[in-house]
Amino acid sequence: MGSKFMTHKPVRRSLFSDFRKQKYLFILLLPGTLYLLVNNYLPMIGTIIAFKKVNYVKGIFGSPWVGFDNFKFLFTTTDAYVITRNTVLYNLVFIALGLLFAVAFAVLLNEIRIRFVAKFFQSALFFPHFLSFVVVGYLVYSLLSIENGFVNKHLLSVLGKDPINWYNEPNYWPFILTSVHLWKSVGYGTVIYLAAIVGVDASYYEAALIDGASKWKQFTNVTLPSLVPIITILTLMSIGHIFYADFGLFYQVPLNSGMLYPTTLVIDTYVYNILTSPLHGDLGMATAAGLYQSLVGFVLVLLSNGLIRKINKENALF
Amino acid sequence: MELTALPSKESANAKKKRYAPNALSVPAQASIIVFFSFYTLLCILPILLVLAVSFTDEKTIAAYGYGFIPKSFSLDAYRFLFKDWQTIARSYGVTVLVTTVGAVTGLFMTACYAYPLSRTHFRLRHFFSFFVFFTMLFKGGLVPMYMVYNKYLHVGNTIYALIIPNLLMGAFYVLMMRTFFTITIPNEVYESAEIDGAGDLRIFFRIVLPLSKPVLATVGLFYTLSYWNDWFNSMIFINNDNIVSLQYLMQKTLLNIQYLLNNPNLTAQARIDFPGESARMAMAIIGIGPIVFAYPFFQRYFIQGLTVGAVKG
Repeated sequence: MGSKFMTHKPVRRSLFSDFRKQKYLFILLLPGTLYLLVNNYLPMIGTIIAFKKVNYVKGIFGSPWVGFDNFKFLFTTTDAYVITRNTVLYNLVFIALGLLFAVAFAVLLNEIRIRFVAKFFQSALFFPHFLSFVVVGYLVYSLLSIENGFVNKHLLSVLGKDPINWYNEPNYWPFILTSVHLWKSVGYGTVIYLAAIVGVDASYYEAALIDGASKWKQFTNVTLPSLVPIITILTLMSIGHIFYADFGLFYQVPLNSGMLYPTTLVIDTYVYNILTSPLHGDLGMATAAGLYQSLVGFVLVLLSNGLIRKINKENALF
Repeated sequence: MELTALPSKESANAKKKRYAPNALSVPAQASIIVFFSFYTLLCILPILLVLAVSFTDEKTIAAYGYGFIPKSFSLDAYRFLFKDWQTIARSYGVTVLVTTVGAVTGLFMTACYAYPLSRTHFRLRHFFSFFVFFTMLFKGGLVPMYMVYNKYLHVGNTIYALIIPNLLMGAFYVLMMRTFFTITIPNEVYESAEIDGAGDLRIFFRIVLPLSKPVLATVGLFYTLSYWNDWFNSMIFINNDNIVSLQYLMQKTLLNIQYLLNNPNLTAQARIDFPGESARMAMAIIGIGPIVFAYPFFQRYFIQGLTVGAVKG
């Protein structure tokens, strides 16, 4: 390119001449950059209020510093333990069962030789993914409503059991939330794993067949090994996000019922509840909880990425 | 590039011929089909239940609860919502406006940001890639985000609160689009365009965008859906009933049926006859409707998108 001959350094063009020549690229980058600054980077700076006694009126910079008081306060409550336990345990169960169901469904769908039937099932499985959690809240409510719900009025009464006060009984909710999560998200995983299975070189199966391998042997020796890279990457990515809960699931589906908090409160809903409580509650503590989540989450992402790099450099995110 | 999850017709037929010996026996395949038929029902039945309740007479609901077959069919719920149309029409309008403006702007910003990252002659591309990627690794959290938007940018109780926070540009989509540009547009295309005297802008608008329709459709639909389904921004930024999204109106109705009675234009008689339970479910149907009708047309693009996303960025 021309500039190479005009500048004093013939090999390496200066950044400034790059900037002049490529000014349109910078213009294209401008709106997105501004947005990321406001939407993502300013809040990152704003996390300093975790070390302040937050006063909404005085704002992020005007509030006085209090060191680690917010964290001390947070970790002396039992809340910190409950929300951490709930967030991590739910996510672990979601990751394990989600993987199991999605791979199983993908393998089974792949065995259906009538193409449009398989395609139809894939679409049906994927459908709940597109419903908002408000809608899912309605669907669950129509089943579990105490006075009118289908389960209490029709299922339990047929079985001769007493109606259950679903929205006041925390011990059922680990099962309910896990089922709802799987119902909503298993189609997503199935689509991804099915695409990977379809991409497996057909000659492997031919060879397996010649060796007389049964379907199960084909699964353990061909299908599963070829899925391992994508399983590893998706699982480690979810492990990196184990400190982040799906806000919609934990807020809309239990209808934010206070009686259910022992088994439904997670870090995200906890922070939200403080933020929206009258007079904004203890914002410093809410930010401390948020920063605790971000920092542990960040470390986990780095660790899991490091792990992926160790296993297979190609699959690492960065 | 074949992006759909299932093989194209030709390869499926070819496979069939070659792989007949590897197909499962007919009874085994039939039982898989039966299994998935049941699972499909499980995906659809809850929606049918809500639909059935919305058409059920209020007294029947009081006596028998929510059931799949309305013992006495009634349109009362929809008649009531029709009388209360201002509330619903307003939030439909808000959602349609926010979705259109948000998805179009977001898609454009995403493409503009992704394109320079895909150009190898752009030296700062690694810096800007990292700039967007880092937002996926570390998050400021809800409280600082709320303070930035509400206290410093004053978006609270304005329509901007539904468009700008969180939803406008997603790091994941930027990286997905960058990957797509890098893979589908070979360097030779850029070189020949440059020889013809086209600048970076012209190349972007005249060559890159027209060649990238599939990924634009996919990302555009992802944005459309996330705006259509959003209730969070209404919930934290809006106190004014006139600018809440449809999903948030539905959420309020679910928690408190009386919310539908807030409309001052309702007559006293309409208030007395209020078919609360069925009207609540009718609200859900009104919100689900467009998704159900649009789903068969757009699901293909999502499946494509997921497969593109699986390509390493």
